Amino acid sequence: MCLAVPGRVLSTAEVDGTVMAEVDFGGVHKEVCLQYIPDVTVGEYVIVHVGFAIQRLDERSALNTLADFERLGILAEEFGDGLERAAQQSTSPEGAVR
Amino acid sequence: MKYLDEFSDPDVAKKLIDRIHAATTQKWALMEVCGGQTHSIIRHGIDQLLPDSVEMIHGPGCPVCVTPLEAIDRALAIAARPGVIFCSFGDMLRVPGSSRDLFSVRSAGGDVRVVYSPLDALKIARDNPDREVVFFGIGFETTAPANAMTVYQAQRLGVRNFSLLVSHVLVPPAIAAIMESSTCRVQAFLAAGHVCSVMGTAEYPPLARKYKVPIVVTGFEPLDILEGVRRTVVQLEEGRYEVENAYPRAVREEGNVPAMEMLADVFEVTDRTWRGIGAIPRSGWRLSEKYRAFDAEQRFEVTDIRTAESSLCRSGEVLQGLIKPHLCEAFGKECTPRNPLGATMVSSEGACAAYYTHRRLELVDAK
Ligand code: SF4
Repeated sequence: MCLAVPGRVLSTAEVDGTVMAEVDFGGVHKEVCLQYIPDVTVGEYVIVHVGFAIQRLDERSALNTLADFERLGILAEEFGDGLERAAQQSTSPEGAVR
Repeated sequence: MKYLDEFSDPDVAKKLIDRIHAATTQKWALMEVCGGQTHSIIRHGIDQLLPDSVEMIHGPGCPVCVTPLEAIDRALAIAARPGVIFCSFGDMLRVPGSSRDLFSVRSAGGDVRVVYSPLDALKIARDNPDREVVFFGIGFETTAPANAMTVYQAQRLGVRNFSLLVSHVLVPPAIAAIMESSTCRVQAFLAAGHVCSVMGTAEYPPLARKYKVPIVVTGFEPLDILEGVRRTVVQLEEGRYEVENAYPRAVREEGNVPAMEMLADVFEVTDRTWRGIGAIPRSGWRLSEKYRAFDAEQRFEVTDIRTAESSLCRSGEVLQGLIKPHLCEAFGKECTPRNPLGATMVSSEGACAAYYTHRRLELVDAK
């Protein structure tokens, strides 16, 4: 859960008085709160932690990181089904950690 | 160098490793603070690529691992109540409390839900006005802005059936506590990059000066860690103790100002017990007076908690860098990620779980 993942802002909208965005993380799309970097524009990259953008990131670093995460299976870990993972942990024969 | 081909850029990795070897003339002990860094170091065998005289001590930077047992037991008590929807990050479900974990509360019929973001929990609260919805707000400074904003929104939107069980912890007081300990061997710190993305770097120069330790703000990708180690070793060899930012692409000196303003509004500093480590003064955040109405601890009156830690578990020593996980007698025997005795065996950011997942075969050979 400590991870922060870079993603690209696809669109922004105000929801209940809060700036929200749809963000693309190497193919996975998520709703993200932009309230802490409100001047981000569509097409820019941000570092996202538990649904909140906490900093901007340049495109090249973002793409490098995303490629790395993809290769290591970290994106699936971050956005996969947490409950299923916890359940697996309790049943899998070699005690798979997520 | 068996792991080198796994690096995103093996040539750069090789150069950094060569430079670290060339710079090192004596023994040094470095602590990485962040659990993400610990995971990365073990997964990629970075500690094994470093000179033998450079030791990586794994710090207490896994929020899942240091969340105090009292907080886990409170979560279990609240989650078991009828009418409550208890929301948490997935990593917390297998963390052992005194007698069980959230996962078993769920199996016994408790409504425990895993969410990606605290905002998801707020949404659940708005969709279920007749239920009490509680979010387990744990984590370091990286996670706190998300929880702060969620409570702020709950108040602004008048979502009265939402509350937060808060157990936030802070990095700088932990660094001070580690340096004050009589058994401390740490000579330099790799500070946690994403904590500094939020908080900036202003809190660290006084620590570097007071304890005469280099503090290098470091990311958690393998090349970032190598660069952090390189800069730290160079400082140590030159007798300097400064704060350096080796992660400028994500960390600005001033941090994220709107996030820090929100944190100052919603939270206030409090003493906090760290699991396995003990009480550290002024090392956590709780809800400020203004938002106390959203404090689950008060709403559910779960202050009278008696805790019992496993007698086998040595995670306190692991978290303080006094022993490596495999030296615990229970490692891989009574204690596995499937049946964890201590929190450090649960999260993939915990040192015991990282060793178990990525090292246990070679460790058994070496024993
Ligand atoms: S291996 Fe298990 S019992 Fe031993 S210190 Fe780690 S978590 Fe505790």
